[in-house]
Amino acid sequence: MTTVTADAPARKSVIAFARHINIAVIVFIVLYACVGFLQPSYLEPTGFMNFLRRSAPLAILAMGQLFVLIVGGFDLSMSALVTLTVIGGSMLANNDPANTWWTIAALYGIGLAVGGLNGVIVSFLRVPSIIATLGMLLCVDGTAMMWSGGSPRGYLPDNFRAFGRLVLHDVPVVGTFPIAVGVLIVATSLAWWALHVTVFGHRIFAVGDNPRAAELAGVPVSATRIVAFVISALSAVTGGIMLGGFGGVSVGVGTGLALQAIAACVIGGVQLLGGRGSVVGAVAGALSLLALFTLLNLVGLPQPLKDTAQGLILISAVASGALRLRRAG
Amino acid sequence: MTAIASLRRQPRRAPPIPLLLLVGSLLLYGGIALWTGQTSQLETEGLVGLLQRMVALGTVSLGQTFVILAGSIDLSVANLISVAAVAASYIMQGEPEKILPAVVLVLSISVAVGLINGMIVAKLGVNPLIATLGVGLILQGLLSASFTDFAGSVPASFQVLAYGALGPVPYSVLGLFGLAFIGWWVLRATRFGAHLYAVGGNAEGARLAGVRTDRIIIQTHVICSVLAGVTGLYLASRLRSGAPWVGRDGVYDLESIAVVVIGGTLLAGGRGGVWGTLAGVLLFASLDAAFNMLGVPSFPKLALRGAIVILAVAAYAVRGKEHVA
Repeated sequence: MTTVTADAPARKSVIAFARHINIAVIVFIVLYACVGFLQPSYLEPTGFMNFLRRSAPLAILAMGQLFVLIVGGFDLSMSALVTLTVIGGSMLANNDPANTWWTIAALYGIGLAVGGLNGVIVSFLRVPSIIATLGMLLCVDGTAMMWSGGSPRGYLPDNFRAFGRLVLHDVPVVGTFPIAVGVLIVATSLAWWALHVTVFGHRIFAVGDNPRAAELAGVPVSATRIVAFVISALSAVTGGIMLGGFGGVSVGVGTGLALQAIAACVIGGVQLLGGRGSVVGAVAGALSLLALFTLLNLVGLPQPLKDTAQGLILISAVASGALRLRRAG
Repeated sequence: MTAIASLRRQPRRAPPIPLLLLVGSLLLYGGIALWTGQTSQLETEGLVGLLQRMVALGTVSLGQTFVILAGSIDLSVANLISVAAVAASYIMQGEPEKILPAVVLVLSISVAVGLINGMIVAKLGVNPLIATLGVGLILQGLLSASFTDFAGSVPASFQVLAYGALGPVPYSVLGLFGLAFIGWWVLRATRFGAHLYAVGGNAEGARLAGVRTDRIIIQTHVICSVLAGVTGLYLASRLRSGAPWVGRDGVYDLESIAVVVIGGTLLAGGRGGVWGTLAGVLLFASLDAAFNMLGVPSFPKLALRGAIVILAVAAYAVRGKEHVA
C-alpha cells in the first residue's frame, strides 16, 4: 500500500479502477468470504463450483431480465414461464429420454411466443409492461395448471435433467465441473456480447435512456423492445430447464424468481425505468443474493426470513445508489 | 371524473371510463345470468352478493388509487393485509373485549408501514416499486417466520363487520361506498386533493409552486396502508381467523394496481379518480361471478383473468401516442 500511496498517478489509476468495479462484485466477495468463514468447504474448488451451479439459474434469469429493465420495462411473467417450462417439459418428454431434444426445442418455441407477445402488447397495444407481464403471468400460470391438471405427475428424463444436475469429474484445475456452470459461462458471454458489443446492445441502452430521442435517431424502438422481451423469455426457459434438473416437478418452482431476478439486477446497479446496467452487475447481483441466502442458512435463520433479508438488501442497494446519484448532482 | 374536469380543461372529451365499465360490467353480469338461466342472480340476494365480492379488493384499491395518483405505487399491500388479518385474529383469540386493542394495534402497524414506505420513497429517493416491494418482503418474511397457519380466531361480535347487514345491504358494502365517497370528497374538495393531483402530474412543478411534495407522498402512502389494514380486518372477520397467506392468495397487490389502471387512472400519476377504480372493481367482481355461473374451472379462470386485464388496459391505452415501457 505504501508504494502506491507514494506514487500519485498510480494511486489515481487504482481509484479509477476501483470505481469501475461493480459494487455488486464487492458485495459478493464480502458475503462469500463470510460464507467461507463459517463453512470452509465453500472455499474449495468443488464447493465453489457447487455454489455456482446453484446460482446459475438465477444468474441466467437476471441477465434476461436485465435486457428488459434497460429498455425501461419489467418482466414479471418470468416466474410463470419457469413453472411452465418444468411442467411442460415433464408432460412433453413423457418420461422418454428420446423425446428430450424436441421437447427442449418446443419449450424454446413457447418462450419465443410468450416473449414476443409481451413485446407486442407493450409496443403496439401500449400497455405498461408491469400490467402486461402481470397479465401474462396469470395466463401462463393458468395454462401450466390446466396442462398438468393442477397436480403434475411424472418426472423429467435423465438427459433433460443433465443441464442442471450432471457434474463432470476429474477436470484439471477445478476438479469437478457441473454442466450448469458451462451453461452459465456460455450464457454470460452471449449476453455480454449482445449488450455491450453489438449495435443491438447500443440500441437497447438508447431506447431505455430516451425512447423519443432514439426514435428520432432512427432506432427501431418497437423491434428493439420486442427482442428484449424475447431474450428475457428465452432466459426464463433456460433457467427453467436447469431448475427442472435440480428438483422434482412442482407447480411452485418459479415462484418469486422474477422478483429475485429484478433484485439481482438492482443490486448490480441497474437503473429501473431504463438506460443503465451491465451484465457483470446482473451476474454479480445474482451471486450476491445466493451467497446471502446461503449465509442465512448457515447462520440458522428460519427460512422465511430469507424474504426479509432480500427486502432489506433491495432497499439499501437502491437507496445507496440514489444517494450516490444525488451527491453527484 | 368531475375532479379531473375541474382541474384541467380537456380539448377533446375523454370517454367516461367509469360509466363505460359500469354499463359493461352490468351487461356482462346480467347477460350471463339470463343466458345460463340463473335469474335468481338478478334478484336482491344475487346483486348483494355481487357487491359483497367488491369489498376486499375495493378497499385496497381505493388506497392504491391515492398512491398511484401521486405518481407512486404500493406493492406491499398484499403482505400488509396478511399481517393485519393475522395480528387481528391472534390478539382477539375469540374474546370480544380484545377487539378494540386489536383494531388499534392493526391500524398503528398500518400507519407505521405507510410512514416507512413513504419515507423510503420520498426521503431516500428509492424507486417506489422497489421500496414497497422490499417492505412487502420484509413484512412477509417476519410474518411467515412467526406464523405458519391460521392464528387465533375472531369473536362473533367482530364477524358483524363482514356478515352483518342493514336490511338487505351488508355493512361492509355500505362501508366501501362510504370510504369511496370520502375519498372522492378528499380528492375533489380539499387542498390535499388538489396538491395530490399536482404532485402526480408534475412533481418538480408542484415543488416549485410551493407544494410540500415529500409530505404529500408520505401522506398518500399512509392512507394506502391504512386501507390495506382495514382490508385485513375485514378478511379476518370474513374468514373468522387470519392466516399468513390471505393477502398473497388474493393477489391484492397486482389486482389492485390492475383495477386502478383499468379505471382510467394514469399509472404515471396525476389523472384519474375514485369512481373509475370502483367501476374497475365491479368489472372484476362481475367477471368472477360470471365465471362462477358458467362453471369455468379455476385454472382457465386464472388465464382468462390475465388476458382480460391486458385487453381492458389495452382498450384505451392503444390510442395513446406516448412511449410506454
